[in-house]
Amino acid sequence: MLPKHIQKNKNNKDKMTKDKSTVWEVFIQSKNGLAHKHFGNVHAEDKEMALQNARDLYTRRNEGSCIWVVKSEHIVSSVPEDETSFFDPSNDKVYRHPTFYKMPEGAKHI
Amino acid sequence: MQDLLKYTLRIADTSLILGQRLSEWCSKGPTLEEDIALSNISLDLFGQANGLLEYASKIDGSRTADDLAFKRNEREFYNLQICEQENGHFGDTMVRQFLCDTYFMLFYQELSKSEDETLAAIANKSIKEVSYHLRHSKNWLIRLGDGTDQSKEKVQKSIENIWKFTGEFFEMDDLDNLMYANKIGVNNIKLKDEWDIIVNQVLLEAKINRPKDSYMMTGSKKGLHTELLGKMLAEMQYLPRAYPDAKW
Repeated sequence: MLPKHIQKNKNNKDKMTKDKSTVWEVFIQSKNGLAHKHFGNVHAEDKEMALQNARDLYTRRNEGSCIWVVKSEHIVSSVPEDETSFFDPSNDKVYRHPTFYKMPEGAKHI
Repeated sequence: MQDLLKYTLRIADTSLILGQRLSEWCSKGPTLEEDIALSNISLDLFGQANGLLEYASKIDGSRTADDLAFKRNEREFYNLQICEQENGHFGDTMVRQFLCDTYFMLFYQELSKSEDETLAAIANKSIKEVSYHLRHSKNWLIRLGDGTDQSKEKVQKSIENIWKFTGEFFEMDDLDNLMYANKIGVNNIKLKDEWDIIVNQVLLEAKINRPKDSYMMTGSKKGLHTELLGKMLAEMQYLPRAYPDAKW
């Protein structure tokens, strides 16, 4: 038998999961030609509702020209435990950075 | 001038009162997302009302837009009666909104051709907002009508309850006829055919039965209202009337 407070939490969690609608991730393109950036997420029951909710929540102040919504469950993410094996090996490989080239004059954002 | 003032007030009041009604959803929406969506729509309507009341104030010459919103009495309001009907449950609100949005869309399309430049400009700006509102309410109506047995039953009842207020959309009185003849106003009767097409099409998709036309409510063009408007105004106008010098 689990301690009481854990049991209660568990019940709450079950209830939450049952009531919760799908979560969608929202990506917004601020200007034509730029990449879509992750802005946050919304709850919605279907595609159209997700798109409208995203529009209402994230573009109230003229932030966007295009919106993508993607079901959160469709996003594959690395987990914190992967961090060492995924990212550490690139730490000491300075030659992967283009620091040995001379920057042409006038080139920005490189 | 008095005619143009009254005509402008009719359009302004319809937006103002529907916006006020919708704003009652603020903080009470079924989800956070929908709460913001409803508040956005309400604010769009207030924006339209504000533009129109500013214009009305200019025509009037003595009262400000705020005076017109907050210091007129019930019988001096000319909003369509459908706007003052209570929010009820979410389905009730969406049905009312859908019927109004469809009307607004068609009305503003016609008004944008007005020879009165201000009214035409406000109409043009409003079309963009209203077409989004329509998309929002239409989708909800289909979602609810073609949803569960319970949601279907509820919105079917909603539309039957509010149907008697849809007759006012298409009324023409002497002032409307005068404004239409002067190429300022809209021929409301002409809106009916297209309104029917859109409404029938969406109701079909939503699997909701269109109620039969029977007795239709009327009177708002003369400042006659259901008992609900007085209570709304009491709340809406309380602060500016109790503290006339109050500033934002």
